Amino acid sequence: MGGATLLKETGPREVFCGLTSIVWLHRRMPDAFFLVVGSRTCAHLLQSAAGVMIFAEPRFGTAILEERDLAGLADAHEEVKRVVHDLLKRRPEIRTLFLVGSCPSEVIKIDLARVAEHLNQELKDHVRVLNYSGSGIETTFTQGEDGALKALAPLMPESEIDQLLLVGTLSNSVEDRLVSLFNRLGIKNVASFPPRQSEDLPSIGTGTRVLLTQPYLTETARVLKDRGAHILKAPFPMGVEGSELWMKAAAQSFNIPPSLFESVLNPLISRSKKALEKYKEKLGGKKLFLLPESQLEIPLARFLHRECGMEIIEVGTPYLNREMMQPELDLLPDKTLVMEGQHVEKQLDRVRDKKPDLVVCGMGLANPLEAEGISTKWSIELVFSPIHGIDQAADLAELFSRPLHRHNLLNQKLLTHA
Amino acid sequence: MELTLWTYEGPPHIGAMRIASSMKEVHYVLHAPQGDTYADLLFTMIERRGKRPPVTYTTFQARDLGGDTAELVKGHIKEAVERFQPTALLVGESCTAELIQDQPGSLAEGMGLGIPVVSLELPAYSKKENWGASETFYQLIRGLLKNQTPENIQKDPEDWKHQKRRPRVNLLGPSLLGFRCRDDVLEVQKLLTEQGIDINAVAPLEASPADLMRLPKADANICLYPEVAESTCLWLERNFGMPFTRNVPIGIGATHDFLSEIHEILGMPTYNPKDERNKSRLNWYSQSVDSNYLTDKRVFIFGDGTHALSAARIAKEELGFEVVGLGTYSREMARQVRGMAKELGLEALITNNYLEVEEAIEATAPELVLGTQMERHSAKRLGIPCAVISTPMHVQDVPARYSPQMGWEGANVIFDSWVHPLMMGLEEHLIGMFRHDFEFVDGHQSHLGHLGGVQSENETSQKQRAINCTQDTSSEEVPIWTAEGEAELSKIPFFVRGKVRIKTEKYARQAGCRKIDSETLYDAKAHFNS
Repeated sequence: MGGATLLKETGPREVFCGLTSIVWLHRRMPDAFFLVVGSRTCAHLLQSAAGVMIFAEPRFGTAILEERDLAGLADAHEEVKRVVHDLLKRRPEIRTLFLVGSCPSEVIKIDLARVAEHLNQELKDHVRVLNYSGSGIETTFTQGEDGALKALAPLMPESEIDQLLLVGTLSNSVEDRLVSLFNRLGIKNVASFPPRQSEDLPSIGTGTRVLLTQPYLTETARVLKDRGAHILKAPFPMGVEGSELWMKAAAQSFNIPPSLFESVLNPLISRSKKALEKYKEKLGGKKLFLLPESQLEIPLARFLHRECGMEIIEVGTPYLNREMMQPELDLLPDKTLVMEGQHVEKQLDRVRDKKPDLVVCGMGLANPLEAEGISTKWSIELVFSPIHGIDQAADLAELFSRPLHRHNLLNQKLLTHA
Repeated sequence: MELTLWTYEGPPHIGAMRIASSMKEVHYVLHAPQGDTYADLLFTMIERRGKRPPVTYTTFQARDLGGDTAELVKGHIKEAVERFQPTALLVGESCTAELIQDQPGSLAEGMGLGIPVVSLELPAYSKKENWGASETFYQLIRGLLKNQTPENIQKDPEDWKHQKRRPRVNLLGPSLLGFRCRDDVLEVQKLLTEQGIDINAVAPLEASPADLMRLPKADANICLYPEVAESTCLWLERNFGMPFTRNVPIGIGATHDFLSEIHEILGMPTYNPKDERNKSRLNWYSQSVDSNYLTDKRVFIFGDGTHALSAARIAKEELGFEVVGLGTYSREMARQVRGMAKELGLEALITNNYLEVEEAIEATAPELVLGTQMERHSAKRLGIPCAVISTPMHVQDVPARYSPQMGWEGANVIFDSWVHPLMMGLEEHLIGMFRHDFEFVDGHQSHLGHLGGVQSENETSQKQRAINCTQDTSSEEVPIWTAEGEAELSKIPFFVRGKVRIKTEKYARQAGCRKIDSETLYDAKAHFNS
């Protein structure tokens, strides 16, 4: 076990930048606002990736840099402050404001930390202003959440209490379910970070045991560790097996008797395994290729192989944190090809060469691959959907079996009409 | 710095991508950081394209910035040319690369690639998408044709007569992510073929660099979308003496004008509109008794310059609507839109800010909104029927069926797609009336009012807005509605309620009433009837 073959590749990439994570972060904390300091490209990216223009006024926006900001005619720092004051006048309900750095703001070296500090002094306690970078030159897709949580972490109050802290954005329903399961195991103090309201921050200290719900929170985990928390090592809570091991790490840390653990979880596990049977039939033996995008690729590959019987061709990942991913890598079959980084053209050559039954990829690549007759699953859907926990395992499998099912459905019809 | 929530146009390099992706055998190397690849999804998702845009992104990262980014750019250019074998290469940069000043265009020109290289300079901090498309199209054509420009540019658009052949023209401007370009091209081809005019080339849509090289073989150019093609048409006129059309054939009147103009340019026998009568059903449908219902419907129009102008003319002259608002986000076409608005007795709304547009819609309380996807969302929130007439658009605005905007069939499509939302509103009212269920009627809006939205939220916000509306419409003293007046108003069908509210308030102000009760309402009714 643990014999995954780790390779690296560089070249043109087809990956979202960290700004994209605003798309789900703003929904998690409705009292927060994300103000990108960037270009028209940043604004256009958010609106294209979000597809949520039904909102009259979303809880994110872009302060678009103009010629005069670049030419130094306007003090960029003063300009950001002016935009923030205008925004807060219009949106008095905002409690936490994230100033989000972008590629252009990083390149021209706008010091958002300093701007945030000034604003915090000016605004006193009305609004808390934080900053992080979501720029493409430094972050990919889900790393944006890591940046936002890292910025939020210093505001968490200090406390020694024994508690379990779930870190990473979860859908509310999944969060409630996981918390109630931990309660049933006898772990009473369970908090979540990020919270549902930006001001309801959980405490942190030496009594805090952290379970990461998402595989992309490297920096956040480091900050929480520095504040005394213990980061539990486990695979991520995708699929029955991953979720069980993930909960077990907490149970062991809280000295929950194994018999209690089993009596609470075994019925759920057998129920979910039964539900998975149907998908195992559909997915078993099918070839899977994951292109790098969300960092969820490795846990998903592990789930789809071990619990659904899929054959893994290649697992792409934008970057690889060996330490954090080790429990996942240990579960992958021998010689699984894990490719860190990307050369999108060469990778697509390999896709065509290996003829997988299903490719997990970004929205830019999905239709072109479909047009070549290759079924796809959008990776962005996976960061929006409730996929965590034992009870969600069959739903997760369904997301991957649907494209295959549809593929069969349509092709058969075409054949009969031909 | 400008605070932006939703934007009508992307940055200028997206415009360049639209040109590159529309064409064949062209590749675009874009010096851009990781993340800018999001732009691919505009083409593969909104346009539902089964091909990736022909774009190589250098996707540089922070760690590259310390090193030699110029070498990185050259590596990508070399690889892209080897892999994709384009016959012409576009090289440019996105907003971030513009700041690093690697000059990727000059780098590419110095590489001896053996194919035409067009270096694009698209200022990302002052220009936008349509400008970028226009500039790219112009630079590409100029780059390919500049060595061919004749010394004597006394071109005769009537050459076809001497050469004993049919006249031929180029269709310039249709591109991906334009509004219904795919179908407009077919419709205009049909329109011209019927007049005995051949198509020499269509560009940029589906054109190769070789097609661009033979543009001068045409007798004249058809400028289908001025936003994209006007600067190119002007250059071809100056350097090759090729005249071009100013009329965009959207709507019956404009299509006649367009045909008349092209006949004149080409020295063909004078165009007789009577020959082309009844080619479209719009005229008769609009004249038929059923359409009495459309009379003086208050319509608010916002979009790109071309489509907003066309829509205003159709609304007024061909459907008998009353245009109560007109605007555009295309600053390049602000002058024409202002002119048209003035003719209609309005002040044009020229803005990038969709919130200003929403406020204007709210203040004018139209019965129909013709706009972009932004206005569709605004109209949804306000419970007003809406049809989309311009980009930016959603995937549902790229229909599977043939649905041009131009020519005779385009006019049919426009009649259907504008009138249906209005008729659906009426139909719902009738259903409600026959049910004799007052509460149902009152709470039940057109389904167009809350497609995909949250119904309860819509309704409360609409009530809220209605209240705001009465207080905001004028700087003069605003009359107050009594509870009794509001009750009387609520009996009026929702689709005319906004109009009645505005007219009553106007009357109340004129008459000096401070309060509006049911009697004021009837007074106003009598006043405006007489």
